[in-house]
Amino acid sequence: MMCGTIRLALLTLLVSLSSAVAVQPDEQLADPVLEGRARDISAGLRCLVCQNQSIDDSNAPLARDLRILVRERLEKGESDSEVQSYLVARYGDFILLKPRFAAYTLILWLTPLAVFLVGAVVALRRFRRAATGEGLSPEEEEKLAHILRN
Amino acid sequence: MTGMLSVAELGHYALVLALALMLVQSTVPLLGLRWGDERLVAVSGTAPIVGFGFLAVAFAALTAAYVTSDFSVLNVWQNSHSAKPLLYKFTGVWGNHEGSMLLWVLILGLFGALVAAFGGNLPSTLRARVLAVQGWIGSAFLLFILLSSNPFTRIDPAPLEGRDLNPILQDIGLAIHPPLLYLGYVGFSIAFAFAVAALIEGRTDAAWARWVRPWTLTAWMFLTAGIAMGSYWAYYELGWGGWWFWDPVENASFMPWLAGTALLHSAVVMEKRGALKVWTILLAILTFSLSLLGTFLVRSGVLTSVHAFATDPTRGVFILAILTLFIGGALALFAWRAPEMKQGGLFAPISREGALVYNNLFLVTAAATVLVGTLYPLALEAVSGQKISVGAPFFNFTFVPLTIPLFMALPFGPLLAWKRGDLLGAAQRLGVAMAAALAAAVVTYVVAGGQGVLAPLALGLGVWMISGSLVDLADRIQLFRAGARTSLSRFLGLPRSALGTMVAHAGMGALVIGVVATSAYQTEDIVALKPGESVDVAGYTLTFQGTTPVTGPNYREERAQFAASRGGRVFALTPSKRFYETRQTATTEAAIKTIGFSQLYVSLGDPIEGGAVAVRASYKPLVTLIWLGALVAALGGALSLSDRRLRIGAPQRAAARQATAASA
Repeated sequence: MMCGTIRLALLTLLVSLSSAVAVQPDEQLADPVLEGRARDISAGLRCLVCQNQSIDDSNAPLARDLRILVRERLEKGESDSEVQSYLVARYGDFILLKPRFAAYTLILWLTPLAVFLVGAVVALRRFRRAATGEGLSPEEEEKLAHILRN
Repeated sequence: MTGMLSVAELGHYALVLALALMLVQSTVPLLGLRWGDERLVAVSGTAPIVGFGFLAVAFAALTAAYVTSDFSVLNVWQNSHSAKPLLYKFTGVWGNHEGSMLLWVLILGLFGALVAAFGGNLPSTLRARVLAVQGWIGSAFLLFILLSSNPFTRIDPAPLEGRDLNPILQDIGLAIHPPLLYLGYVGFSIAFAFAVAALIEGRTDAAWARWVRPWTLTAWMFLTAGIAMGSYWAYYELGWGGWWFWDPVENASFMPWLAGTALLHSAVVMEKRGALKVWTILLAILTFSLSLLGTFLVRSGVLTSVHAFATDPTRGVFILAILTLFIGGALALFAWRAPEMKQGGLFAPISREGALVYNNLFLVTAAATVLVGTLYPLALEAVSGQKISVGAPFFNFTFVPLTIPLFMALPFGPLLAWKRGDLLGAAQRLGVAMAAALAAAVVTYVVAGGQGVLAPLALGLGVWMISGSLVDLADRIQLFRAGARTSLSRFLGLPRSALGTMVAHAGMGALVIGVVATSAYQTEDIVALKPGESVDVAGYTLTFQGTTPVTGPNYREERAQFAASRGGRVFALTPSKRFYETRQTATTEAAIKTIGFSQLYVSLGDPIEGGAVAVRASYKPLVTLIWLGALVAALGGALSLSDRRLRIGAPQRAAARQATAASA
């Protein structure tokens, strides 16, 4: 609890290492399109030494190294997914802030869908029951239940 | 300092007495019910109030130790400093694990006392059971505090100076955010207690439904405001202008909010139509369970992060035991008793009830999504040792799509009649709102230079929610159709709960607009500037004029001077980097200029060789609507709460009316 508080407490530690500006001016690419792609890719990569921060948000030295690495690969003409695959090959799935759809993430990806479907089915069944019982007021229902019981 | 020591002891003693009172509240009235002894049952009208008094004494004692800088108290020594500004001596009381748990229990005691004080119109059996459940929770947490997180532990010899409060917490945000959040979190315990009491009794009556909704509404209002304030605090204090990080700790407060919002809506159906009883009880249990889960996640250190500053595993196990006991117990009770409870009230899919079921379906799915995203990495690592990350991109991908159908349907809900609604008729009445939304989307598309259609459409969605509410209002007061006098009198006669709905829905619309505008249209530049150099952001020219050293009460800072200008208008911006000596910690203080609903946000990076500084300057269009929208939504809750039906005494009169109607 005290959510902000604790998050802030953590961030103090990180912020204290350096500044609030994660992406430093000297890291940026001259080509704005390429730089934009670099920022997008960076936002999806975890700063491995941080708690739940992307390398785009983090001031940790490792995050800086990874940001520069991403930009170097992009400058070599690699596609976004090539850069990503390269980093996953090097650091493992842990680096992806959006896990891949795989056997070990099935529950993660399918839970929302499952909850939605189960909820929808339950609601629809209730409506259908309501539709067949249409015309009965709650009092009549009660009377019916009473008759059926006896 | 012996006088101070006795204050700490007084606090400790009051805490023990509060536990004793909680135990009395938990057991005696129930025994009274069993033995048929009215006097014992009546204890539930006084024990919570006296217990709250002791909690207040304990809290005041800890506050006194902080204000007087009594470093013989371990907690004060660890988290305070004699030079700390007075405000932070007060707020620092809950800026740490022990103190925040004390605040948690204090608020639990407050809610219990309120139920005891104003629950005279509840059936005495229901009140006794509700407060007993409340007492069980309070006892468990008081035991937790006394056995593993005692804020009154002393050290001998007392150090001369304290270690100061974490600098990032030395902010007005700490005064506002945690108390609001706790009022929300803990407030849901009332809905939980009512749900468990209903399951024990095996029935719900009119008083039950009328009580649950206002308490849920109160908790929801505070939680909404608390989350919004936390978000704004992080936004300005962390220095990179993010307002939501999908951090597990944020999710911990967001999950009860989502479930609580669903509960709020299902409670309406239950109150008005007597339907969805079982579901509402389940939601009440789930909502508070998620609050408890949040407590566990944050307090136990299970997130294995620097976040959780309570890394002592004994605490984690203790909270896990509390969590298992209450969630498991309540769900088991539900599985046992719920099938016997009667579902009442029939309705067609297209109806007000149907719309609220639709709302619940999406909100609960959203809560489940956040829950699985937050817990899955922990569970996977525990089971297989495999480490994965679930962060913002996952939540944006899964959560955001769930909100779209929810928000699209939102204006329809209030326009549909109970039992059987007319969707086509509602759509016709919403024609103007739809036109306004489309117009907003088109204008946005054109102004943004014709790039991307998703953002303009999403912005239109926000406008749709606001205009939908306005149409509903205009409809109800017959604006432009009847005379101005009639409209005014109809407006004044409008039920506050209906008005609250409109305001809250419009607030959510404003929030959507703020989120979309900031996410899609923010402009940002990161540059190195030497004195005299400037950078352009969204038409504003920011000229760096140099830095000056400044000394604060317990920090020193390097303050940068910027002159911002646009079209002859000039204003100063002074972002700074602060250094807190005691903790050897640096913080970044962003400079924020609010222009209309938008903000110019400037923060500093490290000094670069040659007298330059790294600067991150961004223009965030309509960003303040994010928090203003949430506050307006909370205000809608307050309006609804002021509805005549929900006032003190109303449940009793309504119950009496129903009783007369039933006997007639």
